[in-house]
Amino acid sequence: MEPVFAALVGLFFAVGIYLMLSKHVVRILLGVVIFGNAVNLLIFTAGRILREVAAIIPEGADTPVGPISNPLPQALILTAIVISFSFFAFLLVLAYRAYQEIGTDDTDGMRVAEPAGEPLPPIGY
Amino acid sequence: MRTLIFRTAAPYLSSLMLLFSVFVLLRGHNEPGGGFIGGLIAVSAFAILGIAHGVPAVRRAMYFHPMAVSGFGLLLSALSGLLSFVYEVPFLTGIWTSVHLLGMEVDFSTVMFFDIGVYLVVVGSITSIALALEEREDN
Amino acid sequence: MAGEVSGMTDISGAMITAPVAAADWLVIAPVVVPLVFGALLLMFRHEMRWHGIVAMIGLAILVGVDAALLKRVLAEGPLAMTMGRWLPPFGISFTADALGAVFALTAGVVALICAVFSFRDIGVSGRRYGFYPFLMLMMAGVSGAFLTGDIFNLYVWFEVFVIASFGLLILGSEKAQIDGATKYAILNLVGTTLFLIATAYLYGTFGTLNMADIARKADGLRGTGPLMTLATLYLLAFGMKAAAFPVNFWLPASYHTPRIVIAALFGALLTKIGVYALLRTLVMLFPVERGILAETIGWVAAATMILGVLGALAQADTRRAFGFLVISSVGVMLAGLALGSETGLSGTIFYAVHSMLTMGALYMLAGMMREFGGSFSLHELGGLYRLSPLLTAIAFLLVLAAAGLPPASGLWPKILLVKAALEASAWWLAGAILLTGFLTTIAMGRIFLLAFWRDAPAVDGRHVTAAATGSRSLGQGVLIAFAVPILLIGIVPEPVIRIAAQAAHGLLESAPYIQAVFPAGGG
Repeated sequence: MEPVFAALVGLFFAVGIYLMLSKHVVRILLGVVIFGNAVNLLIFTAGRILREVAAIIPEGADTPVGPISNPLPQALILTAIVISFSFFAFLLVLAYRAYQEIGTDDTDGMRVAEPAGEPLPPIGY
Repeated sequence: MRTLIFRTAAPYLSSLMLLFSVFVLLRGHNEPGGGFIGGLIAVSAFAILGIAHGVPAVRRAMYFHPMAVSGFGLLLSALSGLLSFVYEVPFLTGIWTSVHLLGMEVDFSTVMFFDIGVYLVVVGSITSIALALEEREDN
Repeated sequence: MAGEVSGMTDISGAMITAPVAAADWLVIAPVVVPLVFGALLLMFRHEMRWHGIVAMIGLAILVGVDAALLKRVLAEGPLAMTMGRWLPPFGISFTADALGAVFALTAGVVALICAVFSFRDIGVSGRRYGFYPFLMLMMAGVSGAFLTGDIFNLYVWFEVFVIASFGLLILGSEKAQIDGATKYAILNLVGTTLFLIATAYLYGTFGTLNMADIARKADGLRGTGPLMTLATLYLLAFGMKAAAFPVNFWLPASYHTPRIVIAALFGALLTKIGVYALLRTLVMLFPVERGILAETIGWVAAATMILGVLGALAQADTRRAFGFLVISSVGVMLAGLALGSETGLSGTIFYAVHSMLTMGALYMLAGMMREFGGSFSLHELGGLYRLSPLLTAIAFLLVLAAAGLPPASGLWPKILLVKAALEASAWWLAGAILLTGFLTTIAMGRIFLLAFWRDAPAVDGRHVTAAATGSRSLGQGVLIAFAVPILLIGIVPEPVIRIAAQAAHGLLESAPYIQAVFPAGGG
């Protein structure tokens, strides 16, 4: 199973990075989302994929019966999803505001904070 | 988007979803579910109401400001972890007790209050973002 | 307590059974205190009159517990607490050693001073927007990052303070802020995602996320595991957070846009967390790999410090010049990481403490210069010496501090770093540090000459008039609060050198750190 997932993760990374190389903020954001999902799958694959049952202890027992799958990668992924989700929600609002205020989503045109052709500091007085 | 059917159905749909979100929250105690996913369901309920009836209606329906809700949730989570201080166990240890209530045995634990806190944090913060986006749509 | 069934099962194999002394809570207190205060402020967001005072109380308590923690760690060695009674490495450990405690204390002090400054800098609209809750949540994230003993938990705290810093960065919603915040947010997100990629590989290799566990297992995996890949990925990810040269472009794009007090907080704290994480991962977890990467880190350090200060020389806006000086100071800190000797590392740690204080003070100086001179631009500033001799004196001290000249605090860490570089016969790195000091003197000296000694220039036939927005004496008092420790450390450096040496020793000899997390040696 791991080689298949590895190839899929690689594909996700390629698509994400390709989109992030774009000049337009919307495409960068889409790239960021795919990039984040690639990482989630990467954690999943790094935690080893096994054909075992979920790590739920049956009623009345104190320890799991038989081998169980490792629940930690899923906990890590859940945390990462929560964080990247809130990040993405914030970035969407921000990109929308930027589009409203600056009037473009082309990063070449976003030069408000660092205007082109600023004067150099005075040489002397 | 604001058709008659949608506007009529939205309050019922939202209240059902809110109820379901609480069910998912409490179910997370021993089975799949929990505060985060329950909170997201509640947020979708508020978002649907916002799309149908406008953002002011949602703000009135929530009564408290969404950020205040998430602040309360954060405080609740932190305090349920701090209860361990009294019991001389490490931070965030689950402490359990059961109470007889109306002839039933009800388990209370700090884990549950922590999860309710998570639920409220998610409801508050994501709702405020969703409402901010919907307000821009309205303008 | 763990349910009725616990009578049948021996839980001592999975859980901590010994009671936890109240004093052990010091490890977690620097995170819990700002978190609780931040939550309270969020809840009572309309009581804006009280926000500043409550935040001040919270930060004062934070500084108190940080100081108590540092005192205890210096006396007794690293201190650990594992959440939820689970035995490490299954529970998330918080581990405070001298390095984390000294960084947390300095960060707390800077935040407290910034909170005082915010009384005049953050108006009603900023308070309504939630400056103080964001400040407290950011401090929770910063303290958590310094004190956690779990690498995934470190990622979570990184995200906590980054998300809080987004909120602070766009406070005011000006065009330039939104523009800067977009670049800051996207590049920081890429940086933390790289951190997460590295952590995924690390988990796949080690099967653990506890830093003490990783440190003791690294030797056994050195032959088979891809540790070199891990170390390089961490170098890239944290280098991006620390704004090291080729991945530093988010910093000059955004740090000059927010309110002055927020810029001061960011300049003081955020890049240093990247440096801290580099020290923690590369020196403590992957020392052998750091040795192989040493030359790369050295060239990155030299490029960062020299290009940073060259950027500062080319700026007419004081805030942007100081932003480039932040980058340059990160380069100086990376020099110690490249050297890796105890002297070099203690130089880095000392320089980080100095830099947190100095960079915070510099941004506030820029704010006060605008207060008196009416502008951030060197074309328009002038004649400040006549307007405020006190501000001039503080500014002069900060020029010396940033340039690393006596009697300010910047001198001693640079001496340590140059000494370590010469001991390692890395003359080029020593030369780069000295050249950076020289160029910083020029950059800062020019700002001082133009803004303070030159007569006020006439712009378009009129003199720029000062825009008074708050109490000037409060602003100057805050600058004095920064200047006093900078001067004191410069005159009596021995205590800080001793603490920095102990912190560096703790990084190189990780046995006490591991011992604190695994007292029985099991797990």
